[in-house]
Amino acid sequence: MTTQAPGDALVSLNAVNKHYGQLHVLKDINLHVRKGEVVVVIGPSGSGKSTLCRAINRLETIEDGVISIDGKVLPEEGKELAQLRADVGMVFQSFNLFAHKTILENVTLGPIKVKGVPKAQADKDAMALLERVGVGHQAPKLPAQLSGGQQQRVAIARALAMKPKVMLFDEPTSALDPEMINEVLDVMVQLAKEGMTMIVVTHEMGFARKAADRVVFMADGQIVEDATPEEFFTNPKSDRAKDFLSKLLTH
Amino acid sequence: MDVIIENLPLYWEGFLRTLFLSAVSGVIALILGTLLAAARVSPVAALRGFSTVYVEILRNTPLTIAFFFAAIVLPRLGVSFAQFEVAAIIALSAYTAAFIAEAVRSGVNSVPVGQAEAARSIGMNFGQVLSLIILPQALRTVIPPLINILIALVKNSSVAGAFFVLELFGYGRQLANANGDAVTTVLLGVAFFYLLLTVPLGILASTVERKVAISR
Repeated sequence: MTTQAPGDALVSLNAVNKHYGQLHVLKDINLHVRKGEVVVVIGPSGSGKSTLCRAINRLETIEDGVISIDGKVLPEEGKELAQLRADVGMVFQSFNLFAHKTILENVTLGPIKVKGVPKAQADKDAMALLERVGVGHQAPKLPAQLSGGQQQRVAIARALAMKPKVMLFDEPTSALDPEMINEVLDVMVQLAKEGMTMIVVTHEMGFARKAADRVVFMADGQIVEDATPEEFFTNPKSDRAKDFLSKLLTH
Repeated sequence: MDVIIENLPLYWEGFLRTLFLSAVSGVIALILGTLLAAARVSPVAALRGFSTVYVEILRNTPLTIAFFFAAIVLPRLGVSFAQFEVAAIIALSAYTAAFIAEAVRSGVNSVPVGQAEAARSIGMNFGQVLSLIILPQALRTVIPPLINILIALVKNSSVAGAFFVLELFGYGRQLANANGDAVTTVLLGVAFFYLLLTVPLGILASTVERKVAISR
């Protein structure tokens, strides 16, 4: 397993454990992500990869271990936690756009309410972001009027509007129709090229090959392999990973 | 019919008093009930406990008890009012708030959990998540039950008539006593004026409901 020195890590998980009742979903997880790195987390369902992703901004609590972002240990609750979350962008499988707000408001709400950006400035920045993800002309609509792919791109813009240090993607394309997956992946690939630090839980092996610096393979709550995409896809070391990849290739 | 026409000014006065009692109590109950619902879902255990106890006591005891408490017990504890109307407003809004709290809480539970997670993940604190994201969506889904509660409030305000507040029902009773030969007509008149308040509320409900519906 390749792990960098925790010192230069932007996101760092040390000996993290979590249970759901009897089920040990995260087993002694150690993961360090440097600035600008794109880490793709893959693995069979139930392997704990989504929980890992959600634990990084404490949407899931952990029982022991330490998670730190940019050198700061994740606070338990309250104002510090809210501040830290503002620095961590999150994109969900089910988009979770605010259903009662327009597309533009979805993107400006965080900057205005959390960061105190003046509305005119927030609107301008939001429009630029919406243009960048290709949905600028949808700004006055409500989320339900957009397709899944468009909604997910808005969700990415909403996260980017907070100018996060790291972006977390929790299966961002799993709820999308096949023809919409690429429009979202294209935005993500672009983001990766621009140097954003990203942790991406996905089943899209094409994205992993194309954009990832590292692939982390999880099974049964453990990190089984941590390698470059090239290494992982051509020469997986563990039987568990070989088995997983063989199932992918046969379909 | 004559008895109604002759006493139209009294009916009208009672109608206005009922409207006033219901409107003021309704606004207070909506605010108090929403705060109680917010307390019920807050991360602070003491607030949750207070809200639960309040709601369970008020909604499980008769309204008359709330009136007795406000009109008779509170003055003995040193809280006195120049008018019984204030006591009536306290009783009605305290009682109705318990029902509103439960309706709003069910609305909060109907908002998908992902909405709150998304709001938290862009750095909103609990108050912002609740006031900007959850409650605006929750309140829209509970408009029909809220209007039901407000209609009940309008009718419940008649209890104030028994506590020396001359509202619609209070005048109705006076008129019935004075016109022993036309009790049915007098009461039909009272019912008509109540309908004048409650039927538009129902119509308002369906209009508002259609206007603010959120598509998902």
